[in-house]
Amino acid sequence: MIPELGHYALVLALFVAFAQAVVPLVGAARGEVAWMEFGRAAALVQMLLIGVAFGALTWAYVVSDFSVANVAQNSHSAKPMLYKVAGVWANHEGSLLLWITILAAFGLAVAMGGRNLPPGLRARVLSVQAGITVGFLLFILFTSNPFDRLSPAPLNGNGLNPLLQDPGLAFHPPFLYLGYVGFSMAFSFAIAALIEGRVDPAWARWVRPWTLAAWTFLTLGIAMGSWWAYYELGWGGWWFWDPVENASFLPWLAGTALLHSAVVVEKRDALKSWTILLAIIAFSLSLLGTFLVRSGVLTSVHAFATDPARGVFILALLVIVTGGSLTLYAVRAPALKAGGLFAPISREGSLLLNNVLMATAAGTVLLGTLYPLIADALDLGKVSVGPPFFNMVFVPLMVPMIVVMAAGPLLAWKRGDLPGTLMRLRVALAITIAAFVATWAVMGGGVGQLAAAGGIALAVWLFCGTLAEFAERIRLFRVSPGESLRRAARLPRAAWGMTITHAGLAVVVAGITGSSAWQVEKIQVMRPGETVEVSGYSYTFTGVVEGREDNYAFTRGRFEVGREGRPITVMEPEKRQYANPPRPTTEAAIHGTFLGDLYAAIGDADGTGGWVTRIYFNPLVPWMWTGGLMLVFGGLVSLTDRRHRVGAPTRGRVAADAAAQPAE
Amino acid sequence: MRRLAYLLPVLLFAVVALFFLKGLGLNPREVPSPLIDKPAPALTLPLLKGDGQFTLAELKGRVTLINFFASWCVPCLSEHPLLMEMSKKGTLDIVGVAYKDKPEASLAWLARHGDPYRRIAVDNDGRTAIDWGVYGVPESYLVDGEGRIRFKQVGPLTREVLEKTVLPMVKELRK
Repeated sequence: MIPELGHYALVLALFVAFAQAVVPLVGAARGEVAWMEFGRAAALVQMLLIGVAFGALTWAYVVSDFSVANVAQNSHSAKPMLYKVAGVWANHEGSLLLWITILAAFGLAVAMGGRNLPPGLRARVLSVQAGITVGFLLFILFTSNPFDRLSPAPLNGNGLNPLLQDPGLAFHPPFLYLGYVGFSMAFSFAIAALIEGRVDPAWARWVRPWTLAAWTFLTLGIAMGSWWAYYELGWGGWWFWDPVENASFLPWLAGTALLHSAVVVEKRDALKSWTILLAIIAFSLSLLGTFLVRSGVLTSVHAFATDPARGVFILALLVIVTGGSLTLYAVRAPALKAGGLFAPISREGSLLLNNVLMATAAGTVLLGTLYPLIADALDLGKVSVGPPFFNMVFVPLMVPMIVVMAAGPLLAWKRGDLPGTLMRLRVALAITIAAFVATWAVMGGGVGQLAAAGGIALAVWLFCGTLAEFAERIRLFRVSPGESLRRAARLPRAAWGMTITHAGLAVVVAGITGSSAWQVEKIQVMRPGETVEVSGYSYTFTGVVEGREDNYAFTRGRFEVGREGRPITVMEPEKRQYANPPRPTTEAAIHGTFLGDLYAAIGDADGTGGWVTRIYFNPLVPWMWTGGLMLVFGGLVSLTDRRHRVGAPTRGRVAADAAAQPAE
Repeated sequence: MRRLAYLLPVLLFAVVALFFLKGLGLNPREVPSPLIDKPAPALTLPLLKGDGQFTLAELKGRVTLINFFASWCVPCLSEHPLLMEMSKKGTLDIVGVAYKDKPEASLAWLARHGDPYRRIAVDNDGRTAIDWGVYGVPESYLVDGEGRIRFKQVGPLTREVLEKTVLPMVKELRK
């Protein structure tokens, strides 16, 4: 009964969404207030209906109702409760439902929270948002109904892929989706602005918090996925340039560019049509990710159920949404008035360079991801594009970006003073050079270490440059420490957010450099009692124990780890054999230190009393996760900025503000 | 000219969308074997039933399907009825290669489900399978009378593949 209610609620939601897509839009065109207001009520009803559907599916999972096909295929009564709930979105149908739920939640947030929005803009945004919902509801109802029944119901379910039975992964999809779907807000605002034919600083101020929220969630989602790959797959790697990883990284690149170009629109009323284009692209890349994952046009380690009928449907959706919006853009964008002019060396100039590099990076990653498909379609043979390509094109694009990133925030708007800025960065530059030489020397010199030392130097440059900018703002050492503190407290949260995220990226860069350049890996067969030395740590293998948990059997190895004769820790990597479905997984043991992770995994027995063991030292990997958390934290701090909370003032006042304080 | 620049994104997208449409009809998991039309690698292995060795020379002059299987392989079971039917009708000679399987287990499995094979070789350590480019079971290779590989099926053989691709090829090769 409850699954049928859920199904019925989805059908009703489709009709409500359809009405919401049409009525407010027509109302805004005709100036009918009641029609425009209809969008708000519709958004509320739609959220309630979709919430009922989502609740119904969750209920079916929680009580293990195996008469629902989706539950039978993806759940099992012996599964811990956390994974029963997470199982709701660990499959194609359920994850689509989660997608739609989040879409409706964002729509409701605009309807309820956007009190400062002009009614016309709000009505149009709600209509565009509902239009997207219609597409996805049609998709789920016609090709991927999560409430399909099975008769007779099986006694138990197939279970969830054990690789996914992991706390890190349980919450990875919801955050990723909050990010993907969050970009739909920027998209809806962009389309509404194109329809209105008007983009101004007020518009940018309304769009930014949504983009920022989406970006923050997406960053967290990607970091969680990467972390999961690192400790669960047992290869010691954390990023594989897999098509599905790229699918989440592409919107992130576009979203990062959008965040920065929206700043220029807000402060300087420039780069308007470019910002609109980025908003369309960021969401289109999110949709593209969905298409790539679900349609099976590319091979990936993420094997979702693929089905050509679904692929055709999502492609049609992609063509309507992206093709339609880009056509609208081609027609309307030329009419947008160009805004303020600026010199190449200026805050705008540096933000524009950021945008160009980010967009180029997104373009090359997209090309690399799609190349196997393009080559196959053109009969150029079967190829796969691997990490060497991506590293080769991506790194050279990021180097100039980080170089400029340290200096950009110190430049004035409109026309910057490069020599003056460089003077203010002289301490940072000195530390950077020292870091380069020191890293190079400590790592033994040689040509091979130049690139790694360069990576560390880049990180140091960005970190020190960011701190220099912050010190400049609070006039550190030029006024009394108390006055500096007061200034720091009064800084806008957005400024704090920028400092934290830029510093966080520096920490990430250091982590990436360290783990790619200096990873140490030893694979060997060990017998109990044997010791192996990796990066100054001694690992003594004391044997394995076998045992059982509720839903898996495990083989647990034990290593006593010491350094210079002192015991440090005991590491216990596991090999698990799950019962439902029957599959093995590895659980690496990781011991984090400031300079890197000790990482141990256990493989198969060699049949004569020895075990294959893989032991790694992964330098600076904890820095990557720390830096990733700083990115997320900085995003959250920036979100609490007063301007976002209070909401934007009316259009006229913002324009006046922007004119009055051009060099904020 | 300026308007044209604004058209660029949608035109680029149209090209990408066309590729996607084409891509939906392609199978990225299908990897063509580099061994097609090349002489088959050696297949010198102990026989499952009785003593002695199996060698490819035995197949000279006849078109044969070489089928890599294992008793632990679930998809093998799904193609098994088709292989049984082929062997009963005498459509095509099939030689089985038991891949990474204990001989007792292979024998028990064949006793339970039927034995469609003319000869069965045992590839216990999977070395020969590596030479043949096997990356999972089941996989089947069509070998012609001169010992060249003409066709490779990755995954279970289906009736559609058999009737539309394999049998017409066999007919051609037997001429």
